[in-house]
Amino acid sequence: MLGAITWLLACQLAGEVITMTTGLPLPGPVVGMALLFAGLLIRQRIQAGGGRPDIPEDLERTATGLLSHLSLLFVPAGVGVMLYLPLIAEEWLPISVSLVASTLLTIAFTALVMSWLVRKKGDDDGGEAGGPDGI
Amino acid sequence: MNRDLHEIWVYLAASPLLGLTVTLIAYQAGYWLYRKSGHNPLVNPVLIAVVALVALLKLTDVDYLTYFEGAQFVHFLLGPATVALAIPLFQQLRQLRESMLAILVSVVAGSLMAAGSAVGIAWVLGASRETLLSLAPKSVTTPIAMGIAEKIGGLPSLTAVLVILTGMTGAMFTTYMLNLLGITDWRARGLAIGVASHGIGTARAILVHPLAGAFAGLAMGLNGIATALLLPLLATWFGS
Repeated sequence: MLGAITWLLACQLAGEVITMTTGLPLPGPVVGMALLFAGLLIRQRIQAGGGRPDIPEDLERTATGLLSHLSLLFVPAGVGVMLYLPLIAEEWLPISVSLVASTLLTIAFTALVMSWLVRKKGDDDGGEAGGPDGI
Repeated sequence: MNRDLHEIWVYLAASPLLGLTVTLIAYQAGYWLYRKSGHNPLVNPVLIAVVALVALLKLTDVDYLTYFEGAQFVHFLLGPATVALAIPLFQQLRQLRESMLAILVSVVAGSLMAAGSAVGIAWVLGASRETLLSLAPKSVTTPIAMGIAEKIGGLPSLTAVLVILTGMTGAMFTTYMLNLLGITDWRARGLAIGVASHGIGTARAILVHPLAGAFAGLAMGLNGIATALLLPLLATWFGS
């Protein structure tokens, strides 16, 4: 676990350094995610295993553990909403209507485009229906 | 006795321990309610925790910065957790390779829809220019959204709040929207929630289905990149 955490932090650190030195308009952790992904790809190439994606067990377990509580990590920033309530209250109608309507439109539009594109390609690999428990 | 209690309170309120502990308790209470509700998306654990904590801070008259002294330890984990999103992505490597072009097209389409519809609707309803520009990057993960807002002339701190609200909105209503449209493909469902409501949506997708989770994480990252590239261009085209 310690090794895996070190890898995650090292990727984030490298990502931060890259964004700062290149002026890339991306946050360090997103670049870190790309670096880790690239690292796993290279590792797979070297081992020439092919077939199933192979991830170090320790890294897989730690990442899965961290991500299973991803929602929790947004709470501190979410509480920050309290600082801006007066600002939002001033224009609450356009803000709330636009937020909700635009989010729903984006979800519908993206999902329709994506499902149309994959269906057009004729591969039907997306798994079965999302019932009431679906996302 | 009262004096002692007051001293304990003063000590605790100033230490990070309290902020950290109440954050974990509030979230777990929210999560417990979410499970009790039969995983009803409207019973969103982030929303419950945030409302409970804001109420608690207002009641005890503790300011946000004092609270954040403790909560920052949780907040910090967002960085490594974002990096960790590479893992579910890599697990779905085959799916990813097969539909890369479809993913890119859908993300760009979703990115334009997210910014365009938010600005358009708010403009019709008479929002100020500053609010419009702060709303534009609302579907993008917080650090990218704040950077974009700054670049195009919005208020980064207002954007940060709008991003969080968008995330919770998406996490709560996506299921209903997608079921209504009859979209059953987990790739499309994951991609949609990731584009529309970034990390908070992705967090929900991960809990629901591994394929949706991976596509949501990818969509969040790609949408961040697409919006960071497109929005400043669009903002200059449309001018003041």
